[in-house]
Amino acid sequence: MTATIQVENLDIVGRRGKGVELPIVQNVSFSVQRGDMLALIGESGSGKTTIALSLLGHIRKGCRIAGGSVRVAGYDITTLTPHECRSMRGRVVSYVAQNAGSAFNPALSIMPQVVEAASVHRILPKRDLEARAIDLFRALALPDPETIGKRYPSELSGGQLQRLMAAMALITDPEVVVFDEPTTALDVTTQIEVLAAFKAVLAERGITGVYVTHDLAVVAQIADHAVVLKDGAIREAGTVSDILFQPEDPYSQALLAAAEPSVRPTQGVEEGEALLEVRDLVVGYGRPTAMGLPENVIVNHTSFSVPKGGMLGIIGESGCGKSTLARAISGLQPWASGDIFFNGVSLAGDVTLRTPEQRRHLQFVAQNADSVLNPTKPIGKTLERVVRFYGNARGEAVTRRVYELLDMVQLSPALATRLPSELSGGQKQRVNFARALAAGPKVVLCDEITAALDTVVAAAIRTLMTDLQRDLGLAFIFITHDLHALQSICDRVAVLYAGQAVEVGSAEALGAGIHHPYTRLLRASVPLMDSSWLERTRERGLAKALPVATCDPASTPPELCCFLARCPDRVSGLCDKEPPPTLFVPQGPRVLCHLPTSTRPEFST
Amino acid sequence: MIGIFGKLRSKHDRAVLLLVFWLLLALIGPLCSSYNPGAISSQPVFSGPSTAHLLGTDYLGRDTLSRLLDGIRHTVLLCFASTLLSCSIGTFMGIAAVTSKSWVEVLAGRVADGFLAIPSLLFALLVIAVFGTSTVALIMTMGVIYMSGAYRTSRALSQSVAQRDFVTMARARGEQMTYIIVQEILPNIAGPMMADIGLRFIYSVLLLSNLSFLGIGVQPPSVDLGSMVRENMLGVVYGSPAMIVPVIVIAVLTVGINVTLDSHGRKD
Repeated sequence: MTATIQVENLDIVGRRGKGVELPIVQNVSFSVQRGDMLALIGESGSGKTTIALSLLGHIRKGCRIAGGSVRVAGYDITTLTPHECRSMRGRVVSYVAQNAGSAFNPALSIMPQVVEAASVHRILPKRDLEARAIDLFRALALPDPETIGKRYPSELSGGQLQRLMAAMALITDPEVVVFDEPTTALDVTTQIEVLAAFKAVLAERGITGVYVTHDLAVVAQIADHAVVLKDGAIREAGTVSDILFQPEDPYSQALLAAAEPSVRPTQGVEEGEALLEVRDLVVGYGRPTAMGLPENVIVNHTSFSVPKGGMLGIIGESGCGKSTLARAISGLQPWASGDIFFNGVSLAGDVTLRTPEQRRHLQFVAQNADSVLNPTKPIGKTLERVVRFYGNARGEAVTRRVYELLDMVQLSPALATRLPSELSGGQKQRVNFARALAAGPKVVLCDEITAALDTVVAAAIRTLMTDLQRDLGLAFIFITHDLHALQSICDRVAVLYAGQAVEVGSAEALGAGIHHPYTRLLRASVPLMDSSWLERTRERGLAKALPVATCDPASTPPELCCFLARCPDRVSGLCDKEPPPTLFVPQGPRVLCHLPTSTRPEFST
Repeated sequence: MIGIFGKLRSKHDRAVLLLVFWLLLALIGPLCSSYNPGAISSQPVFSGPSTAHLLGTDYLGRDTLSRLLDGIRHTVLLCFASTLLSCSIGTFMGIAAVTSKSWVEVLAGRVADGFLAIPSLLFALLVIAVFGTSTVALIMTMGVIYMSGAYRTSRALSQSVAQRDFVTMARARGEQMTYIIVQEILPNIAGPMMADIGLRFIYSVLLLSNLSFLGIGVQPPSVDLGSMVRENMLGVVYGSPAMIVPVIVIAVLTVGINVTLDSHGRKD
């Protein structure tokens, strides 16, 4: 029996502008048997997406296949004419992209977009196609399969859109589906649902798949075989269990080590002496209502503090108000009520009303380094401006200070004359960091700074943060959605849900003791390097989940627990009647929940 | 000329060279002419090219080349000044509107829309009817007319730039508005803005030529390219260079500047 996908000695070369051709993919060979799932593992720039797209006969502009062959379901991709390629694409091979949000046309409802590929190839009449689409919606566990097709992309969540995009890919009944990082942009709690839906549908239809990812734990859940790529060449290939548990190649081992969760021991930072304190903060958008609160409350009565030299992690899923909170602290988003104290002094809501010293001591490192660095300025000039602006140095000393800063973030001083576009993602993030350090801050706010980076690079940035914390005595607020990242560097953690800090406590203790139900859900949703994890977690979740319909989040009074609708442990008659108290678990976190008292009466408020 | 242009390495050099060429021509051109542009120097009118008159003579028997050099000076300097005025203020205002409070932007936008709504020729006629025609009045009028266009372009361009994080960071640092406009935003919109300035320059050349053609632009004894065309209209029957050459010069000036600035704006 020949394999469904057979790639032999594939070479792809590309050039930028008028430069020389550089190899992107070198001598790559692999095969996938019918019904199997192959994972292509690698960091950005490893050529994994280029290989995946070549299976669809698509080569990016400026690139070409220089050698080798790609056979997919009996077609030899390298010899197809553009016309033959079009007729095969979508019908025999289909593609699920990373960002479902931008893959759907916001002006059209879902159904015509899902059946479009099939109607282009004239496989079935429209009515049969829609029936098939509804079957797929059901198989992918989407809510209201009958009517979801009439809705618009903006009315659906990221996880739902990702499943709809899979439906779009599966509607033509293809033999091969290429998944390109389909869950990378999703929250861990959503990722579980999407992965489970994918796995069930693929198994049921016997579809051959290629799954592009950098997340090894996801590989463990979904793939049978894996190929580890670096710089366009295969470093290691084999079954998933071999690669994840007995990697032979040093690079695979390094990848695994970076993915291994490490918990940082708490470094005995004294409590009490708060450098930055957020007290009962409410931030929102829109006109104030009768109660004096904004129309849309994004951050809801949140309190926490950061001690001098401490590292606080703020974790939560997308839309929980993490970034709004960061913008409020840095004075870019005015707040409705509450206070922020810095060094015991209340901070103004508008950054222009803060004193230069306050602005200098509180620095913000934004998520997207591309957007933080002015593309027309060499990075040395950007840093120089910050150094001069705060009057930290003059004349010759400015240049010296810029080199010092670059050295501090482990970049060569030679890079000072480069433009941001000439740097890699990791280097840009380091410059972004240096820009904050140039001010001479006391607290640095980091908003998802490692989210867009590869595992190994992100780990290096986190190490840099701990070094700076130790050497300069800086305090950090590390905002993230990645629990492993948070645990590896933070001493304290605030768990944010729907704008409320549902739990504030020590990061080390996250693994044990009493926690808020949402914290437990977050923990349980982080994929483990274990192929049976997905099934176990799903079963446990299903056994516990209550019928969601009994509790509609929209009709819940705002003072009640914000997690009520999703809480597996809610007590009817208590949680849906009374607002949750703030409990201090002895030697544990501060939790916003009824639960500890109802199970363990000795915890008092 | 094309050969020299082709050899210049960067597009930047090419644009600067072309501007310098026209400015030099405008400034020292008239010094090189052998006749007084106002003097009647030959009996036959609309005579063809000869060694005495390289481009022939006009409808009064004046030397066309001398008048052309004088005309280029007026057209280029007037339009250069008015474009400089309209584009520098318009661009600055456009970025400033984006970076300031929303009511400022709304107000500035309405004023600009108001100016855009008035046909430019009509507006110029009105202003000149009120203030009379003078070099200063012409520069100011054309400056005001094209200011709102430059404002619109720069506002639209800077809107996306102003939302990027480096502008937010500069604000969080407490930078002055002038610094944010000139240092952070302007370099990022410079390319497309240059193409726009090239377009505004052409518009003002055409508007000035139109005004002079109607007799309310540059006044005798001074001359510009537009008024040369008007004076020598009759010469078209005789195929006189006095009428054709200024038309060609207008075309070469406008198209040349536009093409050069446009390619300057485009990324390599």
